[in-house]
Amino acid sequence: MLDFSQGIRKLHEALRSGTTTPEELLNQSIEQIEQKDGEIKAFLRVNDVTARDRLKGNAAASNSFSPKHLLDGIPYALKDNMCYEGIETTCASKILEGYIPPYTATVAQKLDDAGAILIGKANMDEFAMGSSTENSSYFPTKNPWQQDHVPGGSSGGSVAAVAAGMVPFALGSDTGGSIRQPAAFCGVVGLKPTYGRVSRYGLVAFASSLDQIGPITNSVEDAAIVLQAIAGADVHDATSAHVEVPDFTAKLTGDIRGLQVGVAPEFFADAMDEGVRQRVQEAVQVLKELGAEIKPISLPHISYAIAAYYLLAPAEASSNLARFDGVRYGYRSQNAQNLLAMYSKTRSEGFGKEVKRRILIGTYALSSGYYDAYYKRAQKMRTLIRQDFEQAFSQVDVIVSPTTPAPAFLLGEKTKDPVTMYMTDMCTIPINLAGLPAISVPCGLSQGMPVGLQIIGKMFDEQTILQVADAYEKTVDFAAVRTAHSKEAK
Amino acid sequence: MYETVIGLEVHVELGTKTKIFCGCETEFGAPPNTHVCPVCMGSPGVLPVLNEQALRLGMKAAMALHCEVRKDSKFDRKNYFYPDSPKAYQISQYDEPIGEHGYIDIEVGGQVRRIGITRVHLEEDAGKLSHSVFGDASYVDFNRVGIPLIEIVSEPDIQTAEEARLYLEELKAIMQYCAVSECKMEEGSLRCDANISLRPIGQKELGTKTEIKNMNSFRHVERGLLFEQERQEAMLHRNEMIVQETRRFDESTMSTISMRSKEDAHDYRYFAEPDLPRIVVSDRFLAECLAEIPELPAQKRARFVQDYGLPDYDASVLTATRPLAEFFDETAKRVKDPKVASNWIMGDVLGYLKTTDATIETFAISSMRLAELIGLIENGTISTKIAKSVFKDMLETGKDAKILIEEQGLVQISDESALRAIAQKVIENNPKSVQDVVAGKDKAIGSLVGQMMKETKGKANPQVVNQILKELITG
Ligand SMILES: [Zn+2]
Repeated sequence: MLDFSQGIRKLHEALRSGTTTPEELLNQSIEQIEQKDGEIKAFLRVNDVTARDRLKGNAAASNSFSPKHLLDGIPYALKDNMCYEGIETTCASKILEGYIPPYTATVAQKLDDAGAILIGKANMDEFAMGSSTENSSYFPTKNPWQQDHVPGGSSGGSVAAVAAGMVPFALGSDTGGSIRQPAAFCGVVGLKPTYGRVSRYGLVAFASSLDQIGPITNSVEDAAIVLQAIAGADVHDATSAHVEVPDFTAKLTGDIRGLQVGVAPEFFADAMDEGVRQRVQEAVQVLKELGAEIKPISLPHISYAIAAYYLLAPAEASSNLARFDGVRYGYRSQNAQNLLAMYSKTRSEGFGKEVKRRILIGTYALSSGYYDAYYKRAQKMRTLIRQDFEQAFSQVDVIVSPTTPAPAFLLGEKTKDPVTMYMTDMCTIPINLAGLPAISVPCGLSQGMPVGLQIIGKMFDEQTILQVADAYEKTVDFAAVRTAHSKEAK
Repeated sequence: MYETVIGLEVHVELGTKTKIFCGCETEFGAPPNTHVCPVCMGSPGVLPVLNEQALRLGMKAAMALHCEVRKDSKFDRKNYFYPDSPKAYQISQYDEPIGEHGYIDIEVGGQVRRIGITRVHLEEDAGKLSHSVFGDASYVDFNRVGIPLIEIVSEPDIQTAEEARLYLEELKAIMQYCAVSECKMEEGSLRCDANISLRPIGQKELGTKTEIKNMNSFRHVERGLLFEQERQEAMLHRNEMIVQETRRFDESTMSTISMRSKEDAHDYRYFAEPDLPRIVVSDRFLAECLAEIPELPAQKRARFVQDYGLPDYDASVLTATRPLAEFFDETAKRVKDPKVASNWIMGDVLGYLKTTDATIETFAISSMRLAELIGLIENGTISTKIAKSVFKDMLETGKDAKILIEEQGLVQISDESALRAIAQKVIENNPKSVQDVVAGKDKAIGSLVGQMMKETKGKANPQVVNQILKELITG
């Protein structure tokens, strides 16, 4: 049996040399899901039949398989807010139960074109609103590292599927940390590309100006490989950037000598977990030893990021989610006697609590008489935060911080108090507001749970954050920690 | 005494091949829900992409309406729940429209009145709802969703229902001249809502207004506004309060009926559309748009009056549409007297088009061939009377005037010696008429001319005939 965590390149080489086949990889993925997902619950739906059919289609074309792309024949999971024609897509919401999209998201099309095999749709917080995957309307997902803990969210299903070895990689979406935070909680790599680097076409929108799709993988190199496959301008997405896509693996040399690494005190809150603080400080020390230059910088406005985010993201969401009205698709309340009642009952019955909370906040923030006080001021704060980063990046190449102020919490621990839940994204949200790329790589344990190191880059400079993350990963060998942990668990 | 204050909101469909944010066709009259795709249907996850042609046409319209245009503008979302809106918001422009501060000049009673244009903005159309006659179901046709529109909002500068009609006619002509839109009100490619209020003359503050919807022709707009003006005036005379409300024009009674009061007004919660980048256009793009704007109806009218010496009435009839104006222009250029060309086009050509329900674009006689016919009158080859019958033959046979004249031997006799001989004979045969002419009865000469025409089968040049007859009789 091939261990998916050894990396996509190894799997590719095995496929090329014939020591394994796409069928074997698919079977292994399905077996792993069968074995583990009863407990973990990473998947909302496993489309094994579709996956097998697709594979047969590929195999029929050539007798002996020779991969044409690094991802050819590699199984993967999609977060359930990305559309794939003919495959149910619910955003983990009752309101979209049974919804079959009539088209395929650009990212899924690109992975299809590369030969990757979609195995299933991963669980998430409903409409990507949440930080623990407990807001799924179907069931919560467990953290594979320790199952009484949350996997983080909202891409908790995608991350858990990778962390538990069910798939070699998955795609998530990140609006305020939804890739990086669960990656940190589960001890894997999660990358949020620059806003506009990856097409959003086919991603069911939460907050359009913040959403970005990215890879969740076992290693930094895998993240680079997957990003390579999904990046680039798209005619279907006017906000996708017409910026050259470089070779994301080109700088994965382990050499970061002379790079300027910024550390901002604002990312280290007083209330943060002591273990996380120590792990991140140790990581900074590692980077220094590798020859990077550590520079103190300041980001004075990022402490307002959560406040701004929880006006802007709900405002956009209130509009984006208005189309789920029971008229054309999805759930429709049967208890309504007129149009207005159909709207309100459909939406009251179809949406979960957190989604309704955010729709209400967003509607309020945009209402006439309140727009200036809330939405407009939040936009101004967003500009200030963006300027903070611009200023900082005139002095440094990357900025490092903890991905989360504390490691994964227990299931049910924060569900009663949404604000405490929101605080878990305090280090990731500013990055979305600024539109920057950032990656989370595992940097050790605190209270026995994984800790994430966040590396933030300049606009469209994923190359450099991958370079730093890769050099760090090669030096600390978190894979060994992971192996030791899984042996211990057995 | 009260004065009337009217403002118009006009929606004009832009004549693009495809919708504003997706690739679906804009064809009118297709079976319901056949020109739709995931994007215009608002399927979860789709994104809009701006059709550049829509922007270009919108920009041209704003320029032709003398607006200041924005090089940097944006789209906004107008949020509302209704089944005609599959996204539950309309992509429109709120605080940064592509054009502002324009105007249209209209002519009222020989005076030019300038009607201000507040703004011109781009937006997408909504779907069309129809309701089951049994009242148990409603149906939505999404073909119209995403058809590109511009909304043109006038200043409250319009003072009468007639001015409103003139404004709309001029607006329509400008849009057609610029090839921005066909402006077919019957197909909904031009729609008009009107705001009207009354105030005592001399009062600065505006009175309470009502909004009139559902007017399907310019005549309806005029009739609706007249009705509403009288209704409001009567109410004010009775010291009744005008209620701010939306009223529907009812075609069968030519009156307006209350639809809903402003109390259930929407809060549309406008905010910048995050799925579309700002609309930033280059100087080159603007220059291209400007270059595509032809001579506009007002300019053409002025030129026709000035350069061709046409009466105002002729100029305004001939500039009603761009193809007609161009037809006249091309004809007039080739003849000696442009007024003669105007008479022919306004009379014979338009008359023929009206009876056959055809348009000038498909008219069988080109401007060049019509000019040739007129030229033949001007150089004395045929009389105007003969020309009228040649014109009919041209339409029937498709042949040129010259060929028809040759075939039918219609060349006018202007040869004095030939005509003199015939005149001699006519004088001998009609002594009574000759006596009358001598006695000063001018009418009698007409009878002699008639005889001459009979003798020559209408080919005699009437001027020459007149002259010869007078000479021979009076010596
Ligand atoms: Zn469409």
